[in-house]
Amino acid sequence: MTQRTLAVVSAGLRQPSSTRLLADQLAAATRDELVRRGDTVEVRPVELREHAHDIVNHLLTGFPSPALREVLDTVTGADGLIAVTPIFNASYNGLFKSFVDLIDSDALTDRAVLVAATGGTARHSLALEHALRPMFTYLHAVVVPTAVFAAPEDWSAGTADGALRRRVERGAAELAEQMHRRAPSTGPADPFALTGDFEDLLDGLRRDA
Amino acid sequence: MQFGVFTVGDVTVDPTNGREPTERERIKAMVAIALKAEEVGLDVFATGEHHNPPFVPSSPTTMLGFIAARTSRLLLSTATTLITTNDPVKIAEDYAMLQHLADGRVDLMLGRGNTGPVYPWFGQDIRNGIPLTIENYDLLRRLWREDVVDWSGRFRTPLQSFTSTPRPLDGEPPFVWHGSIRSPQIAEQAAYYGDGFFANHIFWPKEHTQRMVGLYRQRFEHYGHGSADQAIVGLGGQVFMRKNSQDAVREFRPYFDNAPVYGHGPSLEEFTEQTPLTVGSPQQVIDRTLTFREYVGDYQRQLFLVDHAGLPLKTVLEQLDILGEEVVPVLRKEFESVRPAHVPEAPTHASLLAAAGGGTDSTVHAVDDVTGRAPEEAR
Repeated sequence: MTQRTLAVVSAGLRQPSSTRLLADQLAAATRDELVRRGDTVEVRPVELREHAHDIVNHLLTGFPSPALREVLDTVTGADGLIAVTPIFNASYNGLFKSFVDLIDSDALTDRAVLVAATGGTARHSLALEHALRPMFTYLHAVVVPTAVFAAPEDWSAGTADGALRRRVERGAAELAEQMHRRAPSTGPADPFALTGDFEDLLDGLRRDA
Repeated sequence: MQFGVFTVGDVTVDPTNGREPTERERIKAMVAIALKAEEVGLDVFATGEHHNPPFVPSSPTTMLGFIAARTSRLLLSTATTLITTNDPVKIAEDYAMLQHLADGRVDLMLGRGNTGPVYPWFGQDIRNGIPLTIENYDLLRRLWREDVVDWSGRFRTPLQSFTSTPRPLDGEPPFVWHGSIRSPQIAEQAAYYGDGFFANHIFWPKEHTQRMVGLYRQRFEHYGHGSADQAIVGLGGQVFMRKNSQDAVREFRPYFDNAPVYGHGPSLEEFTEQTPLTVGSPQQVIDRTLTFREYVGDYQRQLFLVDHAGLPLKTVLEQLDILGEEVVPVLRKEFESVRPAHVPEAPTHASLLAAAGGGTDSTVHAVDDVTGRAPEEAR
């Protein structure tokens, strides 16, 4: 039985937020899938709205507030990440991207990620494929094949036919499988860790010279 | 323990009246600040080095030489000297010259510089920042310590039978500090050579400083220069003081809110809480500064930033009066009372000479008067 942590980032701006609702559904389904595989799971939700000012401050000053430091450590130290954003003007919203811009470019390497989004119309759904997926690929994350988009009709009692439910379960199963097959995360990387002896640095130069 | 001020040399609009100093005014103001620092009993004045507006100090040794001529006790330093984009040969020459003119009242702090476009102006590339720092400093050390240098490396043209002149004063190169905010390789470099390590300690949370200094101390001991608590540590700090703390906050707020680097970001209150910035009464500055040793250990040099963000010269000089009269005397006494005997003071020209068993005239003559040999033959 392995302990796993699952970070769930939601970039919704309204409260209550359909983005958060989708994030919670994906988190619960992923947790169920991991438990079925014999793992125990700690789900750590991150509501970016609560950290909006700290995110901008970090962009300007170059360092995070203590509260934001904790959030960044949660996201970069988790075994898996569910990232959910509203689609604004055909892409992730600015809050979501601003947060991702604060993540070191190697901090999510080989990390299992499930991307999801909400939007005012189903026509936005490919933003997941042209905006979120390539961004996480750039970060060397392993983005599972299913990306989950929820349009207004998916929430409506009259038209919801269970299609969203099935996509949520499929995405969650893929994420759980990727998390399960990996060694447990050793936590966030230490930016102050020394990677080599000084003689190595000197020798490296002498070799290149 | 040494106390002083360091200046970035920015030309910034005073946000309270829209007035922007000319370059000449700013340069003269920096000199006035240095002279005032000596007058009020501070130990160190350090200037930044920049090669782009809105900064004026592109030629630190010109300025420091001028200040040297008008002071008698003040130690002149840099914060920082760009080890990446300056030719190490020119650094070796300039600072040895300054040593002679200032009778040894010179040390320098090396830094990489984090402005990408500056590098290509000097034929370099910011992506080579760390390798440049390592190679250039390794050469700089040799130029100061060996009369005749044969050298080849990755970043500059080779040297054959090169003698950097003048030789360091009394054969003793200036003490070197290495400044870095968060590159562990630089703490490692300082530790490897047994040089000083200076933490910016202005724009960043104390946890950064604590980690970097901790790493430097541990590696200083690893490389056999002494115990970890004997490593030579300097810290920055940023203060604004008035008799009543509310007055200090009210007066400083517009400068903070519009300052380069952190302006238009966190509030003054948030920044004060998250970084070592202290805005308040002299007693608050004393209390806050005394806490620094709790997370970096006993340290040797404390430099304050007091003159940026468009603060008028008159205000800055008042800050120096407060530092000199009310703050630093108390800090000296308090830090001294807790410093263990085995923790050294920051090295000076005199202490380095004493440790070396006295000075020697290090002049290299083109042809030796006695033997008739050229320097390379005398090796």
